Amino acid sequence: MTGPERGDTATQAGWAEEAVRDAAVEDAELAQYPVGREHLSKEQQVLARIDKARQRKARVKEERITLAHGSGGKATHTLIEAVFLEAFRNPLLEAMEDQAVLDIGGARLAFTTDSYVVSPVFFPGGDIGDLAVNGTVNDLAMSGARPLYLSAGFILEEGFPVADLERIVASMAAAAAAAGVQIVTGDTKVVQRGKADGCYINTAGVGLIERPVHLGADRCRPGDAVIVSGPIGDHGVTIMLARGELDIESDIVSDTAPLHELVAALLDAVPDGVRALRDATRGGVATILNEMAKASGVAVVVDETQVPVRPEANGACEILGIDPLYVACEGRLVAIVDGTHAHTALTALRHHPLGTGAAIIGHINDDPPGLVLLKTTFGGTRIVDMLVGDPLPRIC
Amino acid sequence: MRFVDEFRDAEKARVLSAQIASMCVPGREYKFMEVCGGHTHTIYKHGLEDYLPEAVRLVHGPGCPVCVIPMGRLDDAIAIAEEPDVIMTTFGDMMRVPGGRGSFFDSKAKGADIRMVYSPLDSLKIAQQNPDKRVVFMAIGFETTAPSSAMTVLRAKALGLSNFSIFCNHVTIIPAIKAILDSPDLRLDGFLGPGHVSTVIGCRPYEFISAVHGKPLVCAGFEPLDILQSVYMIMRQLQEGRSEVENQYRRVVPWDGNVKALEVINEVMELRPYFEWRGLGFISHSALKVRDAYAAFDAERIFEVPGVRVADPKACQCGEVLKGVIKPWECKVFGTACTPETPIGTCMVSSEGACAAYYNFGRFTRERVREAAG
Repeated sequence: MTGPERGDTATQAGWAEEAVRDAAVEDAELAQYPVGREHLSKEQQVLARIDKARQRKARVKEERITLAHGSGGKATHTLIEAVFLEAFRNPLLEAMEDQAVLDIGGARLAFTTDSYVVSPVFFPGGDIGDLAVNGTVNDLAMSGARPLYLSAGFILEEGFPVADLERIVASMAAAAAAAGVQIVTGDTKVVQRGKADGCYINTAGVGLIERPVHLGADRCRPGDAVIVSGPIGDHGVTIMLARGELDIESDIVSDTAPLHELVAALLDAVPDGVRALRDATRGGVATILNEMAKASGVAVVVDETQVPVRPEANGACEILGIDPLYVACEGRLVAIVDGTHAHTALTALRHHPLGTGAAIIGHINDDPPGLVLLKTTFGGTRIVDMLVGDPLPRIC
Repeated sequence: MRFVDEFRDAEKARVLSAQIASMCVPGREYKFMEVCGGHTHTIYKHGLEDYLPEAVRLVHGPGCPVCVIPMGRLDDAIAIAEEPDVIMTTFGDMMRVPGGRGSFFDSKAKGADIRMVYSPLDSLKIAQQNPDKRVVFMAIGFETTAPSSAMTVLRAKALGLSNFSIFCNHVTIIPAIKAILDSPDLRLDGFLGPGHVSTVIGCRPYEFISAVHGKPLVCAGFEPLDILQSVYMIMRQLQEGRSEVENQYRRVVPWDGNVKALEVINEVMELRPYFEWRGLGFISHSALKVRDAYAAFDAERIFEVPGVRVADPKACQCGEVLKGVIKPWECKVFGTACTPETPIGTCMVSSEGACAAYYNFGRFTRERVREAAG
């Protein structure tokens, strides 16, 4: 069956030939405008062309949804832009923040929703229940809001143990009490065995923005400082190890925590200096910084030696060949702060129990716009791009 | 982190970098090929090229096992995965590799049971847990991973499992290097030898490179200082007019290799008369298949595979990139039709592929990146 005669019966990969043709057409269009490019070397011209190609309109090329569409990386962004944003387009959604900020009757409300499908549902340091509360609380908090009310929707698989559900719900109640929010409405659905994986939870939340703050990923300016509130990657590493597929043992626990008080402490200390806040969930710190670089048209320069990572998390990442910058956290935020207020902000974060490990990990630059650069511990430099597809299982 | 930080010491790197620079003969260019994709990854991940003088260029070789699998083989694997009652198991890297009719990911989305594993032993476990399913392991890689595939077959036999097989795509490194050396359009001054492959085959098989072709080869480790030191060792050979096989990765690579591992491979597998490499074409005696004695564990014999050869798109220049004839950005479809999100050529799929590495980490000119990072 394998022999030289195989060479005679070669077929063509239709999708690939089509992609080449499409790109050739677009390329010809782009090449019509070589304004100011004459002085560039051949390599620079190619790179400039690629930059153009990267800015073209998002299009989902796959015929079916694959796991990559849920990874939080490029495929997720393409799906959101090409399908959801295209259909629902409005100015609030276009901001592409983790929450919408609504002006209603003179009050500013933050509104958000998130679904939780983590497997396993119980893991060191937490479970799907407190994750579902803290995640939504944090999405609200990142707008500067005081989280107030949550909804909870459950999708349960036939056969799921009631005792496990009670344990999850008790942990939700405790997390809600700790975060000072109430779960005021909800929904329950049960699906046939095999149609879901145990227990999925959706939470939505509203919060009140009482401060005169306006935060957004598009507000970063050259000279700003990039701060993380503590060691990164604990949650993602915990989940990978908790799945038991890797036979690695560690004492590491998830960092899941509500961050609204940490945010309040930060905004109290630096009322005018905070530009943007994000909690570094799926896709990790690298993904957030890429989103900020693109939204603000700036470069983010990160100093790898300054990025806090626990030795246990770092070791696990090293073994698995994963970069901690891409690993999810559930209780860490990234703050972009006016450079002149950076140390005030850092001190304020470090005085809060959830921010003791805070660190300034980099700064904002003007060039090259839309890029995240890393000064490596080794002393080199490289680009930190958005993740393409993530081979790792569900982590939140 | 112990055993890692020592090999990423910026101070030592600066010293080596200065020594390498001082050894360059003015006006001369040096082109070294790092054979292994693991090296390519390290070079980009740590920004190692910042430490090399302009005159020293690293060319990314064919040593990414995912990158060299031809589309037709992948179609065969997908055909097996879509057979009734099959669970296909594979390393995560393989999931996104496009065949002629899509990838494992696409096939999985359509309903095939395709699972990622970290080791072939994991798929053996799946076979034990699912006695009513036929579990296939997509075996890929050079001599580095072949022993673990062979070992798994031996264990499956010892356990008396009748529902486990491997789809064997193991390739061997020496014929690929030979093919590159025989390529007339290539001018290389030396090689960084593949460290992990060498843990199995040792350093002797490379001796023809220095003896017949007169090129220095240094078996290199995978930390950034390993690579810098290996470049230094090649430069010293050139400076002293030597061409030898040297072993920089002595803490892991024994000169004679791992005889035990070679025996295990030899027990279960034998050389194929020829095998198609993505971009390089058919290379004789360059791949392994399962021996007759273990036919019961050979997916190629258990399943009916289409075995149709799929031509690489004409515009795709993976072959030239793999041979180091052109740089990734010189390919006509690089970054436009072929991107990490929708890879046409396999060099773009794995993060160790030369094109993906260049696209992710090297897309901007060094000067601009260096200036911006301050």
